[in-house]
Amino acid sequence: MSRLLTLLFGRLPIGWLQLTHSRGRFVAAIAGVAFANLLVFMQLGIMGALNSSTVAPYGLLNADIILSSEDGNTLTDGGHIPRARMFQALGVAGIVEATPLFIGNLPFTLEDGSSVSLLSFGMDVAKPYFAAPAIAATFDQLSLESTALLDEGTRGMPASIIDVLTAGGKFSFETGGNTLTAIGAMTVGGGFLADGMMVMSDQTFLREFPNRASGAPNHILIRTGDGVSINAVLARLKATLPQGNLRIQSMEGSAASDLAYMSTQRPTGIIFGFGVFMGILVGLVIVYQVLSTDVADHLREYATFKAMGYGQPFFLGIVFEEAIILAVFGFIPGFFVSLGLYAGLVSFTGLPVEMTVGRAIIVFLGTLAASSLSGAIATRRLANADPADLF
Amino acid sequence: MGGIENKPPITVKALNHYFGTGDARKQAIFDINLEIDRGSLTILMGPSGSGKTTLLTLIGCLRDVKDGHVTVLGHDLYEANEGVLVGLRRRLGFIFQAHNLHESLTATQNVLMGLQVHGDGNAKKQRAAAHHILDLLGLADRRDYLPGNLSGGQKQRVAVARALVSNPEIVLADEPTAALDKESGHTVVKILKSLGKARGTTTVMVTHDSRILEMADRIITLEDGRIVSDKLQ
Repeated sequence: MSRLLTLLFGRLPIGWLQLTHSRGRFVAAIAGVAFANLLVFMQLGIMGALNSSTVAPYGLLNADIILSSEDGNTLTDGGHIPRARMFQALGVAGIVEATPLFIGNLPFTLEDGSSVSLLSFGMDVAKPYFAAPAIAATFDQLSLESTALLDEGTRGMPASIIDVLTAGGKFSFETGGNTLTAIGAMTVGGGFLADGMMVMSDQTFLREFPNRASGAPNHILIRTGDGVSINAVLARLKATLPQGNLRIQSMEGSAASDLAYMSTQRPTGIIFGFGVFMGILVGLVIVYQVLSTDVADHLREYATFKAMGYGQPFFLGIVFEEAIILAVFGFIPGFFVSLGLYAGLVSFTGLPVEMTVGRAIIVFLGTLAASSLSGAIATRRLANADPADLF
Repeated sequence: MGGIENKPPITVKALNHYFGTGDARKQAIFDINLEIDRGSLTILMGPSGSGKTTLLTLIGCLRDVKDGHVTVLGHDLYEANEGVLVGLRRRLGFIFQAHNLHESLTATQNVLMGLQVHGDGNAKKQRAAAHHILDLLGLADRRDYLPGNLSGGQKQRVAVARALVSNPEIVLADEPTAALDKESGHTVVKILKSLGKARGTTTVMVTHDSRILEMADRIITLEDGRIVSDKLQ
């Protein structure tokens, strides 16, 4: 390593040699940086899961525009809207299809007596093109009364049930006082608002939710014609439909709005964002502490080098060399321990906590930047190295 | 070129130096004037607080010259900027009373620091030069030792090797033999003398070591910041 760094820097790797000379301190410093990385990775992982689970329901749908109640913050909350808006929308130029979408939570009691919550979507099975292709393929079966497509990623769902469904079998269960038959499985996964999802026909949905009316869906999904500008249709819809209690958005815009709400306005999003900030702060403090102590411990040596004619860039190079070494050596264990903890979180919570290449790169670059910043602050101590004091 | 070579490498004219400001201002050097010849070995003597170390640090470009003139290797240090001072320091060799070796570098690596300050160089040649001077100082079997594993005298000899390895034009030494036994001290001064003869290296040394006084070309004694005696030998 020392030889490699010598070749790389074209000089003795003083920073590396200094750090590794005090092995106990080096290991403690690496552990500190790794811990800070772990904090950031965990917060980002959970925040990513929050984001993924927020937009996951959109993956079930296949539409261009969505009409929602103005009082809703995300796809899964908010009031109902009159189905009449669907017929009004169909009169707008550029719109070729529209369908109501019903959403509600149904309890599902597991064998052990515990209950999980299933976010249920009721759709018009005569219009399968409003669903994602894999789900649309099951709409023929869903047209049968009291059938549903069950989410195999549902938190706590016994593997035996999933095995039956993936083998082409059926599974009947009680929910809301009625019997539902799962005719297949889809993969979505649990989130922060529900343990899993379920898709059924609008008729089955209305049977399961007797207090809901067919004339008051949660949303209306709209498909535009080929080559038609969605923005132009959005503008026409806003000009045509009564304003005040209706939100008119593209599907992408709606998903982005849900994400913004969950990450910046909900306490969960703010808490995880704050956690990332805290992780960065912990890393900054640890690296600064290590580097400033190291500079203080070597002031006489640095003063000697100053006397010999080494300039300020040389000393800055040493401190930044140390900062980068700490960042790299701290990141590696932080990354791998995070991978293990992610797997544990997925196993225990069913949340879609995934390590992405982008996240790993961002955290690594962030670690480098934070370490360099700490190094830059620590270099202020170099001013205390006065060669005249050596005599 | 010949003209420059004939000029004394160190000239001090009307030099005064003060520490502190305001009421706490204290004068440490009073109107010093001297010229030191190329290749000579000059010893500065005097009691503690006589100003010899202050004079050494002013000549060594380690303190700012603010009153009077110190000319080192043709450069007047009066109000010289940091770039000039750093450039000049690279042409000097410092030997401190404390060895000030870098604890995480081996003896060879510490000596290499004296070479790498000059920028790019052939790594193999640099290593060979470092080994050569360590061998000359009797440290052939201690090349790869960390300072923590060397005795006090061995550390000081590594520090001497670090100062001399780059063939400095001037060597400034503060009690270089204090931590050495008689033989090692003698060897160090002999090397300094031979460098003076062979390469014209000028040495200015602060010492109380009576064992080496006889080897000096000139002995200057200071008291209370003034030169009270200046003897050629």
